[in-house]
Amino acid sequence: MILTGRERAWIAVKRGASALRNRWFPKPASAPLLSQKAVAGPVPWVIAIMTALTVVAAAGGLALGSIARTAEADLAGGVTVQIAGPAQDEARKQASAAVDALRQMPGVRDVRRLTDAEREALLRPWLGDAALDDGEPGDDSLLVLPELIELRLTAETQDGGIDAIRKALAEPAPDATVSADMDWLAPLEGAISALQWLAVALVGLLVTATAASVLLASRSALAANHDTIEIMHLLGAHDSQVAQMFQKTAGMSAAAGGAAGFAVAQATIIALGRRFADLGPGNTAAGLHWYDWIALVLIPVAGVALAAFTARVTVLATLRRMP
Amino acid sequence: MSPDPSPLDLAAPGFGNPTGPIVRFENVGLRYGAGREVLSDITFKLHPGRFYFLTGPSGAGKTTLLKLLYLAQSPSRGAISMFGDDASVLSRERRTQLRRRIGVVFQDFRLVPHLTVFDNVALPLRLAGVAEEELVDPVTDMIEWVGLSRATNQRPSTLSGGEQQRVAIARAVITRPELLVADEPTGNVDPQMAVRLLHLFTAMNKMGTTVVLATHDTSLMHRQGDAAVMRLEKGRLDDPTGVLRNPPDRKSAR
Repeated sequence: MILTGRERAWIAVKRGASALRNRWFPKPASAPLLSQKAVAGPVPWVIAIMTALTVVAAAGGLALGSIARTAEADLAGGVTVQIAGPAQDEARKQASAAVDALRQMPGVRDVRRLTDAEREALLRPWLGDAALDDGEPGDDSLLVLPELIELRLTAETQDGGIDAIRKALAEPAPDATVSADMDWLAPLEGAISALQWLAVALVGLLVTATAASVLLASRSALAANHDTIEIMHLLGAHDSQVAQMFQKTAGMSAAAGGAAGFAVAQATIIALGRRFADLGPGNTAAGLHWYDWIALVLIPVAGVALAAFTARVTVLATLRRMP
Repeated sequence: MSPDPSPLDLAAPGFGNPTGPIVRFENVGLRYGAGREVLSDITFKLHPGRFYFLTGPSGAGKTTLLKLLYLAQSPSRGAISMFGDDASVLSRERRTQLRRRIGVVFQDFRLVPHLTVFDNVALPLRLAGVAEEELVDPVTDMIEWVGLSRATNQRPSTLSGGEQQRVAIARAVITRPELLVADEPTGNVDPQMAVRLLHLFTAMNKMGTTVVLATHDTSLMHRQGDAAVMRLEKGRLDDPTGVLRNPPDRKSAR
């Protein structure tokens, strides 16, 4: 058959493309030797389930930590002065004097006296409209509302600042009581800390259970492949060659399981985050930051590494028993 | 007309000794655990380019002897030398290198169940690192030679026993090994295919491969008239003439 110049050129182009493809994307020699399903067995499923549980538990712990840090940042340096007890006029007088004294103090960043309307709004949920609507806001009524002053301390004066304020107010506002906002947070912080430790313990247990499950599932799947390992051994495969094949295949199967488990966990975390966001402004997706997500991504990565390592160790142990 | 060899006819022609033996067994014994010896006092040499039959009744130890030959088993006593190396002191790396010089047809085929016929036959080449584009032609030719072209992409479970055996043979010879060890390679095929497979082993042998073929089939032994015959009886090698241990030169035998 005589080829035309155009046909010869086309064949040359195809050969060149084929050569380049083989050079840049060579077929891996080990690709068809092992089937993912045969080698991995239930490992992908185990990894998927355990990854999802571990990631959700870890996200819970990280979110609690984030919430605690945010609350602490909001309340740190906050002080509330309350003047309750004397008659309304006396209370107002002491409040004015207290504001003046506080504004003179070094280390006090911001001073704000709550308006009558703000104070009534604070009490309305407990006392009801009837008790507070006898007159115009601020009018003398049956109830004498305590005077409230909010102030913020500079970071340098937070420690020991409360005592200085008490001393400064002793004369101008003898009925004033001073409390740091952080004092209110202390019980909540304790509860959050306990929940965080619980989450850490849960993650620890889940990681241990994941490691044990992956180990058992990998060993079981590899035991089922004992014949294949032996055949490769007898056909002249190096131990490291066989181990590498199994390790790669097991790792890829685990990666599929880890990705699926992480996707499920991510969807759960985002859905829960939206429910928490409905509680009020400022609550982002479960309180997780970008660095928290990086930590969560490392969980399936660790699962994959564990599965691959287990496969390698198990195969090498199996091979060592063969002469 | 060539002489009609009986299983013990070790004086058949074809036992030249142009170079040193590739396999040497010296008083080899093998026992499993504390049991009795399944092989005792086995002493023989295999010379390059020769054809050997291993025969004997069931349970005589043929498969066990072959396992020693393809380095799947270590002896309890005695010395084995393979390709000039003392098998008892081989490193794992060296043992692997030697295994690549040996082709094995297992009695139970030992095909990888999830691989196709093509991939099973290509397995030794892939393990040896042969590039994909270089193994397609020889594997395809070998599958065609054993008459399984139509089953190239099938898995072993879809094949008959005889077909699986032919795949196992193709896998054993695809690397053109220096030593071919076959355990009952014609046990599951019809007589016509058995003869065809024997021709394959003979062709390999003519290209320089030393063939050790365990079989009960006396008709095959008759067809391969210049082969040596090793007969095992109760774990002992029956070699009354001593020809196997010290094979005469082909010319002097004639």
